[in-house]
Amino acid sequence: MNHLPQAWGRPRDDVYGAYDASHFQMSGPTQHSSRPIVTGTSVVAVKFKDGVVIAADNLASYGSLARFTDVKRLRTFNSKSVLGFGGDVSDMQYLDRLLNSLSVRENYSTSIDDSGKSDLDAHNLHRYLSKVMYKRRSDFNPLWNHILVAGLGEKDAPFLASVDLLGTTFSSPTLATGFGAHLAQPILRRQVPDEAASKELSQEKAVELIRECMKVLFYRDARSMDKYSIAVISKSGVDLKEDEKLENQSWAFAEGIRGYGTQVN
Amino acid sequence: MASVFSGAPPAGGPGYSFKSTPTPSQASGIREHSFYPYADNGGSTLGISGADFTILAGDTRSTSGYSINTRYEPKLFKIGGEGPDHVGATLVLSVVGFAADGHALKERLDTIVKMYKYQHGKPMSVAACAQRLSHMLYGKRFFPYYVHAILGGLDEEGKGALYSYDPVGSYEREQCRAAGAAASLIMPFLDNQVNFKNQYMPGSGEGHALQQRVPEPLPRADVEALVKDAFDGAVERHIEVGDGLQTMIITKEGIEERYAPLKKD
Amino acid sequence: MFRNNYDSDALTFSPQGRIFQVEYAQEAVKQGSVVVGIVSKTHAVLAALKRNAEELSSYQKKVIEIDAHYGIALAGLASDARVLSNFMQQQSLSSRLTYDRPIALAEITHRLSIRAQKSTQQHGRRPYGVGLLIAGIDTTGPHLFEFQPSGVTQEMVACAMGARSQMARTYLERHVDEFEACGKDELIKHALRALKESLSQDKELTVDNTSVGISGEDEAFILLDGQSVVPWLNATFENREGGEESMEVDS
Repeated sequence: MNHLPQAWGRPRDDVYGAYDASHFQMSGPTQHSSRPIVTGTSVVAVKFKDGVVIAADNLASYGSLARFTDVKRLRTFNSKSVLGFGGDVSDMQYLDRLLNSLSVRENYSTSIDDSGKSDLDAHNLHRYLSKVMYKRRSDFNPLWNHILVAGLGEKDAPFLASVDLLGTTFSSPTLATGFGAHLAQPILRRQVPDEAASKELSQEKAVELIRECMKVLFYRDARSMDKYSIAVISKSGVDLKEDEKLENQSWAFAEGIRGYGTQVN
Repeated sequence: MASVFSGAPPAGGPGYSFKSTPTPSQASGIREHSFYPYADNGGSTLGISGADFTILAGDTRSTSGYSINTRYEPKLFKIGGEGPDHVGATLVLSVVGFAADGHALKERLDTIVKMYKYQHGKPMSVAACAQRLSHMLYGKRFFPYYVHAILGGLDEEGKGALYSYDPVGSYEREQCRAAGAAASLIMPFLDNQVNFKNQYMPGSGEGHALQQRVPEPLPRADVEALVKDAFDGAVERHIEVGDGLQTMIITKEGIEERYAPLKKD
Repeated sequence: MFRNNYDSDALTFSPQGRIFQVEYAQEAVKQGSVVVGIVSKTHAVLAALKRNAEELSSYQKKVIEIDAHYGIALAGLASDARVLSNFMQQQSLSSRLTYDRPIALAEITHRLSIRAQKSTQQHGRRPYGVGLLIAGIDTTGPHLFEFQPSGVTQEMVACAMGARSQMARTYLERHVDEFEACGKDELIKHALRALKESLSQDKELTVDNTSVGISGEDEAFILLDGQSVVPWLNATFENREGGEESMEVDS
C-alpha cells in the first residue's frame, strides 16, 4: 500500500496478480446483459368470471442462493392493473420506474375519465409493454423478464396476457411463467380449460386454485419460497396481499423421493 | 465508461507500487452473446387462390418448445380498411414463425396500407401491397423478420391472388402455399390436390407419353374441404399444430372469417 | 403613408402588446369558407361549405377524416391544414399502435396547440393560416374543439368559423339549449341550418358545396359528401322554394 488514494482498497498485484481491468472496457463494443442475475421465479394467474387472480412468491434468487426473501414481484399500475414479473429483478425495477413515469404522465394528461384516473387499462398497458420489450430485444439489449399483465380490459372484461423478453405476446384464460408453465399450467388448465370455463369460475374457486398452484410450485421448484403475494383484480379494484404464507403443507410425499429422506440411494 | 473510473495514476506523478497499473484494455477479443433474439412459436398456415376468391387458414396454437403458450393466438390478420376493426379491408396477411416479428410486420404493413389510402384516396392493390411487403422484409435483410408470410387478396381483375414470401423478402404469386411447422406435410398434399402434380390423364399412354392433368382453379367448396383435410392431417402428425383453425375467405363481398376447433392433444 | 413596423415577423410584439403576424393569420381564417360544429350528449357533427376557386375547378376539401373516431373541418389555407391533418393522423396512428387505444380528442388538440404555438415564437416560421374544428368521440364522450392559428384551443358546445360565420354563430347561440338532447338526425339538421344562415342571398346549399362529418357512440366518423348529403339536405330544407331543382343532379 502506498499513499496514492487510487490504489487504496484495491487488490495488490503482488498478492493477487495483475488486476484484470478488461471489464472497464474503454473501447470495443458496448455490452448488454447476456443473462439475468438476480431472478424471480414463476408467476401464475387465472381469469375468473369478474376478474383475474395473480400470484408470485417473494423470493429473489442469486443463482441457487436465496438472496432476497422479501421482494414484491407483483406491481400495481394506476390502481387498476397488476403486473407479475418473472426473471431479472433489476430489469423489473427498471420497468417499474418506467411504468411509474408513464402513470404520472397519464394522470396529468388530458385523457382522464370521470374518476380522474387515466383510461389506460390493462389491455393498453400490455400493448405498451410489448412494444418496450420488442424494441429492447431488437436492439439486442433485452429486459430479461417474462411478465403477466392482469386486470380489466375493454368494457371491463377480465384481461390476462403475457409478454416476454423477446416481445412475444399471448393471452389465455390461465397463464404461468417459468417453471409454472410446466408445473402450474396443467393444474390450471384442468380446472379452466377454456374461456367459457373461466366465465363460470367464482372468485373463491380462482383464489383457491392459485394458492394450490403456489403450493405445488413450492414443493417442486427449488428457486421458490413459501411466502408469496397474491392479487385479485375485479371491478371493485385491486386487492393485493403481499405477505401470504403457504398453509397446510404436506411433505409426506417427500419421504418417497430418492435421496431426500431416509432413503439414501 | 471512461468517466466512471480511470485506473491510471496521475500523469507525471509517482506510480503504483504494483507491478503493473491497471490499464484499460482493448476489447478483449470477441465475446459471445448468449442472447438469441428469435423463438419458434410453431403453428402452420396455408393459402389457396381460386377464380374469384382466396382462402387463407392457420391454426391458432402458439408454442415454445414442448409447451403450449395458448390455444388461441391468431396468425391471420386483416390489412387496411377503416379503423381498428379493418372495416372494408380486402387484404389478409398470414404470418408463421416468430410471433413477435409477425406482429411487428403486420402492424407496419397495416399502417402503410392505411396511410396509402389516406394519401391516395383509394385502397392499395394486392400487387402493390405484395411488393411493398417484399421490400419491408428485404429491408431487414441482416436482421430478418423470422417469419414465413403469405398475403392474399383479389387482383385488379377480381381473380384470387396469393403471394408467398421467405423471411428475407423473395416472393412469388402462386396458386397455393403452405408455410410453417407442418409445411412439409401439407405442401405435397396441395401439390397433388391443387396443382394436380403426379396426376395424369387416364389412358393417355405410358412413360413419357403420359399427359399431366391440367390444373384449373378449384371451386370454393372443394378448396374449403381441402383446407380442412390438410389441417386435420397436420394435427395428427405434428405436435405444434392444433387447437383451432382460423380461416379467412376473401371475395368481392369482403372478408369472411371463421373459426373451427381442431384437436387439442 | 402609415406603415406597421411590428408586423415583419411573428417574434416581435408591437408596443400595444400585439403580434401582428398572428393576427394576420387569423384573418386568413376569416377569409375561408364557413364551417360549423356542434356536439350533443351522444354525437358530434361538422358541416362545411365547400368553395370552388372558379367554375371549372373542383371543390376544396373541407372535412377530413383523421382516425376512425374523429375528423376535422378547416377554414383558411387548405395546404396548411393538410400539414396539420397529416400530423394528427400520425399521432392518432401512433396511439393506436403503442397503446391500442384511440387518442383522446383533448390530447390531440393539446398536441396540435403546442405545435402551432411553436411557429408563433420561433425564428423563420410563420403561424398556420388555418382554423380547425376537431369533432369526434372518445372514451369520455363526444367532443368539439376549436383551434386557432395562435395556438389557442377551446372546447365548444357549438362553433362556427370562416367567412360570414357570425350569422351561423347567431343561429347556434339562439338554439344552444336544444343541442345537448339532440340525436344524430336533429344535430345534422341544426348544423346545416346554421351553415345556411351564413350563406349570401343568392346562394344555396347543394350536393356540390356541402360536406358533413358525423360520429357518435359506437359509430365511426363518417364523411358525407356529394350524393350522400342529398337526403340530409332534403330532410333539412323540405319546404324551400325551388330547392328541388338545385337538388337535381345528373349522376
